[in-house]
Amino acid sequence: MARTLMKGTEAIAEAAIQAGCKYFFGYPITPQNEIPEYMSAHLPKVGGMYLQAESEIASINLVMGGASTGYRVMTTSSSPGISLMSEGISYVAMAELPCVIVNITRGGPGLGNILPAQGDYTQATRGGGHGDYSVPVLAPGNLQEAVDFTQDAFDLSQKYRTPVMVLADGFMGQMMEAVEIKPRKTEDPVSNADWALGWRDERGGQRRIVYSMHLSPDELEAHDTHLQEKYARIRTNEARFEHFMTDDAELIVTSYGTTSRVCRSAIINLREEGFKVGMVRPITLWPFPSAGYSSLPKSVKVILDVEMSAAFQMADDVRLATQCEIPLMTAGRWGGYSPSVRQIEEKCKELLNG
Amino acid sequence: MSETQVFSMPKVWNADVHTHYCPGCTHGVAHRLVSEAIDELGIQNKTIGIAPVGCAVLMHQYLDLDFIEAAHGRAPAVASGIKAVRPDKIVFTYQGDGDLASIGMGEIVHAMNRSLPLTIIFVNNAIYGMTGGQMAPTTLLGQKSTTSPSGRDAKMNGYPIRVSEMLATLAGPAYIERVALTQPKYIIKAKQAVLKAFKNQAEGRGVSFVELLSTCPTNWGMRPTDACKWLEEHMIPYYPLGVLKDFQ
Repeated sequence: MARTLMKGTEAIAEAAIQAGCKYFFGYPITPQNEIPEYMSAHLPKVGGMYLQAESEIASINLVMGGASTGYRVMTTSSSPGISLMSEGISYVAMAELPCVIVNITRGGPGLGNILPAQGDYTQATRGGGHGDYSVPVLAPGNLQEAVDFTQDAFDLSQKYRTPVMVLADGFMGQMMEAVEIKPRKTEDPVSNADWALGWRDERGGQRRIVYSMHLSPDELEAHDTHLQEKYARIRTNEARFEHFMTDDAELIVTSYGTTSRVCRSAIINLREEGFKVGMVRPITLWPFPSAGYSSLPKSVKVILDVEMSAAFQMADDVRLATQCEIPLMTAGRWGGYSPSVRQIEEKCKELLNG
Repeated sequence: MSETQVFSMPKVWNADVHTHYCPGCTHGVAHRLVSEAIDELGIQNKTIGIAPVGCAVLMHQYLDLDFIEAAHGRAPAVASGIKAVRPDKIVFTYQGDGDLASIGMGEIVHAMNRSLPLTIIFVNNAIYGMTGGQMAPTTLLGQKSTTSPSGRDAKMNGYPIRVSEMLATLAGPAYIERVALTQPKYIIKAKQAVLKAFKNQAEGRGVSFVELLSTCPTNWGMRPTDACKWLEEHMIPYYPLGVLKDFQ
């Protein structure tokens, strides 16, 4: 389709359909309700099904059931809902089922508010549930990326048989932008018949079990090791980042998602005034793209981490990526506010002139 | 003299495995009824089971079927997800009272209310078995458990929940029946109920639910025969047998 002006949530929903997602299980929570609304209107047209769960706990377990058949399934939610899903995400990760989870984050902790925030970074990048597992997390910086990354998430989830999360804040869900949504080439679900349930005839009578329990410590240790080896492959192959005006930079701003757009504007303005400022934007939050920091030029004197999080949750990953060799400062807003372009400009000038 | 075989292991039973169930436990009978129903309907290759938590957690090893294992209480949601995507398959859950009536009460109520064609086998033995005999939502008043050592007290713990009656108030379900597993006369009825619950699904009717009153000699602290007697004298009066809802 041609470039169309769409709301973020609706663009994500249409992108999923164009990526072969025919089954959506979800529960309404602001600010992402247009996704279930869009899915309920459009999935029947492609022979699919929208099923509204009674809770986020049920949503992720409906996803687990649907995913176990080898079909492309999805759920979406916002921060408190993802907390409820954490149990299920742990099971889905352990059972090695592919699915896509979109988190349009809001302010927390607790009930917080329904405005955009980035306080779910740690939950998203550390699995969120119990046990040794990780979930790849893609963080779009604009709506075209939200579309593309949603489709990438389906491919990644199938490639590694793992849940994949698209993490976008409430701004990305509610803003409108021109996007192009292309149909994504997908495999027939029967290609998953080797592991998926419901294909016994196609397998010549062989049964399959999808399970996450290994009572024997030998078996569990082996399976946990297998998962970690898979995650190591994901770390090696799938870490993504963007460098913006980093070549001669003395100050590096680092941020993801909506805040990266604000920072980009600030950097462009600062460059016009002659300040040597650039940006490292992590695109995958897990695996964290450490190469984006280790490849910075020697000219970099300081890194400014910009987040809509009172705890600056990503800063720890940046310190690890730089092995604490570059001083790290922070700036941001939280509680539903975004930092302004001027705030970032002033902070950068203060650091460079300081 | 020619021999006629009149009894054998069900075809879907994995003959090479031994179950872990305690002596006198009626899970074995319940498994057989499920196996026989699947055999009789010839649906082995198209059936997907949801194994629960609790004593039946290893059910996926005992029956030669496609299986998925659900988290505590979530089997009806997992089953609904499978049925939504593969309406051509026969999907069943098999859950105990702690799983279905406590942690999973939300999931079972809404799966029953949606009434996607599913078969729900509910094993009610009025106690938590696998975790070692703690109080369940179905534990009878005065019944001792490791977490109600003086007997269940309604003032603190409320009354035992009659799950089948509660679910029968919903408009959605096609069929709900409570049966018992202690004597041949009850088991014959139980077999008909389980068979009907699978047949309903094969014929595209909404959700079917069979509650099996079952014994737990180990955690009740009784001999198997005494457990059967206790079930009949104490459980059946509170959990009366019979059909609570039928599409017909």
